[in-house]
Amino acid sequence: MTPDIAKELLFRMKRIRHIEEEISVRYSEQAMRCPVHLCTGQEAVSAAAGLALKITDFAVSGHRAHGHYMGKGGDVPAMLAEMYGKRTGCAGGRGGSMHLIDESVGFMGSTAIVGNTIPVGVGLGLSFKLSGTDQVSCIFFGDGAVETGVFYESMNFAAVKKLPVLFVCENNLYSVYSPLRVRQPEGRKIFELAKAIGVESAHGDGNDVELVYTMLADAIARIRAGAGPQFLEFDTYRWREHCGPNFDNDIGYRTEQEYLENRALEPIKKQQDKLLQAKLITTAEITAHEESVRIETDAAFRFAIESPFPDKADVYRNIYA
Amino acid sequence: MPDSTPHPTRQLTFSTAINEALNIAMQTDDKVICYGLGTDDPKGNFGTTLGLQEKFGPQRVFDMPLSENAMTGVAIGASLNGIRPVMCHQRFDFFLLAMDQLVNGAAKWFYMFDGQRSVPITIRLVIGRGWGQGPTHSQNLQAWFAHIPGLKVVMPTSPADAKGMLLSSIFDPNPVVFIEHRWLHNMVGDVPEGDVRTPIGPLRIARSGSDVTIVSMSYMTVEALHAADYLQKRGISCDILDLRCVNPIDWPAIFSSVQKTGKLLALDSGAETGSIAGEVVARVAMNCMSSLTAAPARLAMPDVPEPTSFGMTKGFYVRASDVAVKILDMLGLEHGDVHEQLIEPTPHDVPGSWFTGPF
Repeated sequence: MTPDIAKELLFRMKRIRHIEEEISVRYSEQAMRCPVHLCTGQEAVSAAAGLALKITDFAVSGHRAHGHYMGKGGDVPAMLAEMYGKRTGCAGGRGGSMHLIDESVGFMGSTAIVGNTIPVGVGLGLSFKLSGTDQVSCIFFGDGAVETGVFYESMNFAAVKKLPVLFVCENNLYSVYSPLRVRQPEGRKIFELAKAIGVESAHGDGNDVELVYTMLADAIARIRAGAGPQFLEFDTYRWREHCGPNFDNDIGYRTEQEYLENRALEPIKKQQDKLLQAKLITTAEITAHEESVRIETDAAFRFAIESPFPDKADVYRNIYA
Repeated sequence: MPDSTPHPTRQLTFSTAINEALNIAMQTDDKVICYGLGTDDPKGNFGTTLGLQEKFGPQRVFDMPLSENAMTGVAIGASLNGIRPVMCHQRFDFFLLAMDQLVNGAAKWFYMFDGQRSVPITIRLVIGRGWGQGPTHSQNLQAWFAHIPGLKVVMPTSPADAKGMLLSSIFDPNPVVFIEHRWLHNMVGDVPEGDVRTPIGPLRIARSGSDVTIVSMSYMTVEALHAADYLQKRGISCDILDLRCVNPIDWPAIFSSVQKTGKLLALDSGAETGSIAGEVVARVAMNCMSSLTAAPARLAMPDVPEPTSFGMTKGFYVRASDVAVKILDMLGLEHGDVHEQLIEPTPHDVPGSWFTGPF
């Protein structure tokens, strides 16, 4: 872990956090008229994956995709414009928050059905194998997607064909309001399930961004060396409600105490304290970075808000190629 | 690439024509791949994929796990990066496991990402009837797919169209569901040599006539032709429009025929309610009311699952005699010797003596 990477990881996490939190602040204005699934508290995996992957590698994701998109380098004004339903949105206003795409940085798409892009990512991996490139296809999903049939089918095929695919599972313990314990048998680890399917797997603390980065970088190196698909599970925790800008610990599906305990483990403060303590970063550097992110975010929101809506006639465009 | 010079034709079966189209597509473009359950097995998907793996190698032609949903998503993903996958399913019914990837993925990708990337995949499905295929091996659910914006749905009848439309499907930039009727696989017809593509869209006039318009698809066109042969002897001429694809549908050609004949019989190989035939009747009623001289009619399968038993399927399918009787009724004519001339073949549950099972 070089100091540069350690610092970059912190900065990337802070940027994702700030933009997500700004969405939550502005959401009540009723101008972002689509569901949003914020990743506040889960920034480490997004930040680390974006840094560990090359721009030529591909990534796909699901409904909670803002972090993955931003981590991979996706265009932020276009993401926000998409949430505002604007013509300048990354999907022309047709998709909203759950349908993000920026092919210029290899973010090939996120979709809204849990598990839906897992085989798509495997297919991207198949295309790399057919064309003989050394690219990697990274698939982001959560603990809920592990329960879909298509997860098993996709992992199985990736293992059979030894495809260059990185499966990244962020286990945040909840699918909407349903806790893991009512969805998966107690004591069965997701990463061990992956191993049993035939995909090399490991598990790590998703709040330790340096560990996450190291594990991702190692897995990516193994894939490029021809070792076939790799699976990584990271423990993480969703701060805000499943869908929307608020906190929802009062509605009874989890306790305030559980939330506070998990929030205390959060990745950004941990990394920032560590770097300050080791004198690898100064408070002035942090303040300067925060300021630049604030300026970038404000400009991105301004772009999104000021962009025009698509024409009504656009509804009938692009049904067929 | 296809060319416009005249191509000599030969007599080929429908399944050989499919095989030839796959060979030409894979020869033409090394981005075309072909996979499905048993694609490389000794039966070769009713003969349609025989020899492909030997010729193009196991990287491009391969068997797959029994994972219809994921393997459809794999096709989508590969197609996003330049590959043109052809998936082959031995039964339409097996593919029902893949609805998420087809409906939420393939059909939507181009639209929901505002035209940034299309999904050029071809999905071959086999429909059928008879030989005890029963409730879950014989469904004709083409209307489901025709209902979904973003998909094209192709249903050829002739061997020439089987080849020409499969080539068009593979090189179409959109997801195409390509539906083959099992009872057509051994039908023989003239097929042009070379890369001759039949466009997806225009229907085929299978027979010209002036008294009644029959709109049909896939195997039902064969029954319509038998009925028309009989009716011709009684001085009634049928305009038989073989749709060839059910999304898009060639409405101008249908309307123009009905304006000529004043009568419409729509045939469908699927269940009656919500059928393509129902859509044809509706649109003709809305657009050609002043031309109609009789109420439009349709013949489709009853709204029940297909039973398996030989005893239960006798008289169950829509046959040429049903088509002829319906048309005689529309014209106010006596049935005459229709039932003697158009008897249900024996046995009734196979397309011909070539078919001896097991699937």
